[in-house]
Amino acid sequence: MNLLVDIVGSAGLWAAVLRIATPLIFGTLGALLCERAGVLNLGIEGIMTFGAMIGWLSVYHGTDLWTGLLIAALAGGVFGLLHSVLTVTLGLSQHVSGLGMTLFASSFSYYVFRLIVPVAGTPPTVTPFQPIAIPGLSTVPFVGPAFFSETPPTYLAIMIALVIAYIVFRTPIGLAIRMTGENPHAAEAQGIDPIRVRYGAVIVGSALMGMGGAFLTLSAFNSFFPTMVQGRGWICIALVVFASWRPGRALFGALLFAFFDAFQLRLQTAVQGVPYQTFLMTPYILSIIALAIMSRRARVPQALMQPYRLGER
Amino acid sequence: MRFERREDRPLYLMILTPLLAVVAALAIAGILIAIAGASAFEAYWRILVGAFGSRLSSTETLTRATPLILTGLAAAVAFRARLWNIGAEGQFYFGAIAVAAFGSNMLADLPAPALIPLLLIIGAIAGMVLIVIPIWLRLRFSVDEVVTSLILNFVAVLFVSMLIDGVLKDPSAFGWPQSQAVVDHAMLPKLIARTRLHIGFPIAIALAAIISFIHSRTVFGMQSRAAGLSPSGAVFAGVQLGPTLVKVACLSGGLAGLAGAIEVLGVKGYVTTDLSPGFGYDGIVVAMLANLNPLGVVLAAIFTAMMFVGADGMSRSLGIPSYIANVTVALSLLTMLVALFFTQYRLRR
Repeated sequence: MNLLVDIVGSAGLWAAVLRIATPLIFGTLGALLCERAGVLNLGIEGIMTFGAMIGWLSVYHGTDLWTGLLIAALAGGVFGLLHSVLTVTLGLSQHVSGLGMTLFASSFSYYVFRLIVPVAGTPPTVTPFQPIAIPGLSTVPFVGPAFFSETPPTYLAIMIALVIAYIVFRTPIGLAIRMTGENPHAAEAQGIDPIRVRYGAVIVGSALMGMGGAFLTLSAFNSFFPTMVQGRGWICIALVVFASWRPGRALFGALLFAFFDAFQLRLQTAVQGVPYQTFLMTPYILSIIALAIMSRRARVPQALMQPYRLGER
Repeated sequence: MRFERREDRPLYLMILTPLLAVVAALAIAGILIAIAGASAFEAYWRILVGAFGSRLSSTETLTRATPLILTGLAAAVAFRARLWNIGAEGQFYFGAIAVAAFGSNMLADLPAPALIPLLLIIGAIAGMVLIVIPIWLRLRFSVDEVVTSLILNFVAVLFVSMLIDGVLKDPSAFGWPQSQAVVDHAMLPKLIARTRLHIGFPIAIALAAIISFIHSRTVFGMQSRAAGLSPSGAVFAGVQLGPTLVKVACLSGGLAGLAGAIEVLGVKGYVTTDLSPGFGYDGIVVAMLANLNPLGVVLAAIFTAMMFVGADGMSRSLGIPSYIANVTVALSLLTMLVALFFTQYRLRR
């Protein structure tokens, strides 16, 4: 019992929670935006991988960190455009196109990486984002080191969550996105072009996924290696359901999930005699349990996964 | 400009589609090869030679195709009923580790004619065990099985990693996490002496033929197809959706588990966490390239295996990363999807 209190009471844990949550916040918001407009984007895992690779690669070749993040976002947007062509214009199976996007984007990342960076014993590194201390707040005991000593993209992720929550529920654009996800025919009757809305949502959502990936190589770690995304994309897809397609809850869900992950990491070093794999499994199992609990209560966008073609019922 | 549904689907289009898709994928990947500074034609020629240039390389390609046929069938069976089993990778590992567990000492005293079939069945059952979770969650809580079966892949690999680092660890592997090897007489007989090609290959082809028969000639085949085409229509026609999906899931998971079992008994003899270079995921591509046709799966698997086996040699001689094989295979899934679309629709202005 003391052990648990020690872990939860350490500022390091809470700092880690925010760090672990950041890529999940980006990814979950991205997936949420796509799904709110009615498009399931299973390309997320691959787009995050590509974002991680291209963001790192551009910084490795001399751009600054923010440009790296921006390039990752643009690359994500390009994949989003491709996914839109397949699923919106052509109306193909969103499941299969998404998986195809993931397979393509991740193998393409490895190809480009291997082509440009030769095999080496230790992977080359870049100088990642450094934590910035927020004046005043970061000196508060416990709270400072726990919540106000993160790298800039973490604060950016939280701000984006609030902005998206505002856009989705308080602006005409958000209304158009939600209508398109619920009933594209009704949206069209209101003068909204569902095709354009879906393109926009998927491109912007995919850009966020790319940024989530880039956070891994530009802030959480400082190098790129294959399979580094480790299913984070799939966890984001689960978190969207957990959040019942609401951005605020998505932020909360990502933080909650990251809390369990940070907790198990510390438990792993503190508890002896239990195979470390048991701890590593817990985040994945938790996300499945969360899905099972929330799926019934979740309000699924009614037109999710339904292709929309002009003039076709 | 808009799309219009075709009234009929000419047969020649159905046959041409996968070929066109593969050509398109090779063309796009060829641009990537050219950007890397090599000739795409030379690269593909070397891939072809590397995969089929000698007796040994041809048998290697067919050996590599064996698990891909089975995971391809696993995906084809499930996707036909619109059951999105993306968990073949995890089911593959479950089948593999079950065989390693039972074949290394527990059942080792059985003679080969009894042991090998028993182990294959155990592998298939282990694959089914893992798919129970997503299918149960779908039927009971209507949880999308895509995400659950995907996430379970990571759990399954960690579970295998735990076992081969613990109770099933081979003490003579110099501390390397690797399972105990199955006994020698549990290994599948070789099809051709002094190669790695084993009887798993004809077994996989036979299963493709059996599944083709099940799909086209049995009530279950019709029910699973109906469940995929229109769930509500299927219910209206008296198909019990739940039991049908459970059967489809067991068949799919069993095939993926069998793939793992055959890979252990046919090639490796033991399990490590890199036993599969993504057989489960590549099976999805194989199934789609085959347009979910079980016999087409065999050809698609051989094509995919050719890319992977040939790319290694090509990579050594031309300096193009062998990941180009994965890129081409993934691209061919996307081009196939588009090509299939144009068999159903035509462009009208």
